[in-house]
Amino acid sequence: MSTAGHGAAVRIEACGKTFADGTRALDPATLDIARGETLVLLGPSGCGKTTMLRIIAGLELPDVGGKVLFDGKDMTSVPIERRNVGMVFQSYALFPNMTVADNIAYGLKIRGVARGERAARVAELVALTNITGLENRRIDQLSGGQRQRVALARAVAIRPGILLLDEPLTALDAALRDRLRSELNRLLRALGITTIYVTHDQAEAMELGDRIVVMRKGAIAQIGTPREVYFAPKDRFVAEFIGAANIVEAPVENGVLILPGGRLPIECGATTANATVMIRPETIRVTEAGEGILSGIVDSVSFIGDRQRLVVSDASSKPLNVDAPNTIQARIGDRIGLSIAPDAVRLLPSEPRD
Amino acid sequence: MSQKSFVWFCLLPLAVVTTAFFLLPMARLVVAGAEGPHGLAGYLAILTEARYRATLINTVLLAAATTVVTLIVATIAGMFLQRHRFPGRAVLIAMLTFPLAFPGVVVGFMIILLAGRQGLIGDLSNRIFGEKFVFAYSIYGLFLGYLYFSIPRVILTIMAAVQKLDVGLEEAARSLGASPWAVQRDVVLPALAPAFVASGAIAFATAMGAFGTAFTLATNIDVLPMLIYTEFTLAANFATSAALSVGLGLITWLILALARSFSGSAVAAAG
Ligand SMILES: Nc1ncnc2c1ncn2[C@@H]1O[C@H](COP(=O)(O)OP(=O)(O)O)[C@@H](O)[C@H]1O
Ligand SMILES: [Mg+2]
Repeated sequence: MSTAGHGAAVRIEACGKTFADGTRALDPATLDIARGETLVLLGPSGCGKTTMLRIIAGLELPDVGGKVLFDGKDMTSVPIERRNVGMVFQSYALFPNMTVADNIAYGLKIRGVARGERAARVAELVALTNITGLENRRIDQLSGGQRQRVALARAVAIRPGILLLDEPLTALDAALRDRLRSELNRLLRALGITTIYVTHDQAEAMELGDRIVVMRKGAIAQIGTPREVYFAPKDRFVAEFIGAANIVEAPVENGVLILPGGRLPIECGATTANATVMIRPETIRVTEAGEGILSGIVDSVSFIGDRQRLVVSDASSKPLNVDAPNTIQARIGDRIGLSIAPDAVRLLPSEPRD
Repeated sequence: MSQKSFVWFCLLPLAVVTTAFFLLPMARLVVAGAEGPHGLAGYLAILTEARYRATLINTVLLAAATTVVTLIVATIAGMFLQRHRFPGRAVLIAMLTFPLAFPGVVVGFMIILLAGRQGLIGDLSNRIFGEKFVFAYSIYGLFLGYLYFSIPRVILTIMAAVQKLDVGLEEAARSLGASPWAVQRDVVLPALAPAFVASGAIAFATAMGAFGTAFTLATNIDVLPMLIYTEFTLAANFATSAALSVGLGLITWLILALARSFSGSAVAAAG
């Protein structure tokens, strides 16, 4: 048995995946996941997240040369039933011919745990996942949120070394998703078990992940803490995928970005004819016209409640998205000033347009 | 015309056909069964008279054995064929389902070719053991014939059901530590239960009532359809054959209803 509550450390070594039909789902990737860490695989649909999760689970074999190690032990050829992983599937995959309690207890029954002990563990998990009272329901009598909890309870019942979750909240409606997200976060912290979590939702990734692996077209684009990938995206793809981002292309002269609406000092910037930079909307401050560093014209105003999103043209080559406090009075057509701190401008490697 | 009367109007052809070709002859059959020398008691003969009772038991056992063996063979074959892609798969499926079109007479004929006096099995056993195994003309030959008859039908149903299985359920069971055998027992077979009931019912009813194969193999195999035939044509015992026919129908229906209610909970849960 692994150390209770902390699970196993996982290492993926040069794991690629080419399917039988020739689809290259995953380029060879190497990844270390620390004991007890929650790692999120984040990326658009079809980028290979599920494939990587299934390789770790033992449901897919990596291409020749790839290795999966748990606590340093090579598990590559060990089938899933002997890897002691808890898995929550996107469709939940609950057994329709069993009650909620039987679903949760299934892994324990397979392991030959005595009836009394099984019942005690089910009671514990039912309380932990907030589904007390549903033990004798059939699966088709549960709501989506309840199914999600049963799936989670079933996966952790076996005290797995690693917990694998494939978009567990995607099937739920938005309000429920937000509520379950924080609940899930509390639960994963409480369990303290090594967790690999797949999602295409960056908000989910930020809240749940100790680290995020941003994936694109079968390759790892960036690995980092939520703060790192948000504030210091490695490239344009990561910048745009995580949060909202203004991507601006403009020449730099001696550490100053030359824009149509003014000259914007930035931190790092050797002179170049065409730099690509990222500016987050919330780092742009709205000032009176004539003040600030840049000047522009309000194109549109969307009141969101806690803030308002302005689209400002003329300041840069493309309209800028600006998150302004909800107290500012701005009307379409107003000329306003914008100020941006030098360290809020992030230089990105320029890349060929695709 | 209102919605309701339109629906009734649509049902009219069905009602006419049902009455003319189903209800009327059926009613006549029921009446005929009671017109023998013993009146209504003629219906009880199927249970009380030793020869009839033995035949009934024989028939039920044969049909049950056919159903069970068909389900086992067809499930294994259907699962394999649906889940694996290999060269020659399409040809194999075509071959397996080829007998679908054969009438009972042809099936009987093939059984004779296989296990009759000049049959393949006899030849082979003669060479190896110096003795001819001939079983085509017995209830074993009939059993083989019914298998041959039922397996293609059941394989097709099972294959369709296997295709609809949620592979995720099997993966979930495996992630929880279930061995391949446990996955079959706890996930796959329960999910296939509705298909078992549906295709098993057809196999059972066919084996209870099929006549062509039995008639081709031998006229003295002890199964109900043969008994009805001999009572009707040879003994001209109209009332008894009618009573036996009604009995055959009722008993088949009863056994199927029982099987359905037994598996009912499993089916409802898996549905
Ligand atoms: N069994 C398979 N056979 C062939 N291609 C597959 C298979 N499973 C996934 N793919 C392909 O591999 C790519 C990555 O899929 P997947 O890992 O499911 O992406 P994600 O989970 O990020 O949406 C996709 O292009 C998908 O179509
Ligand atoms: Mg996926």
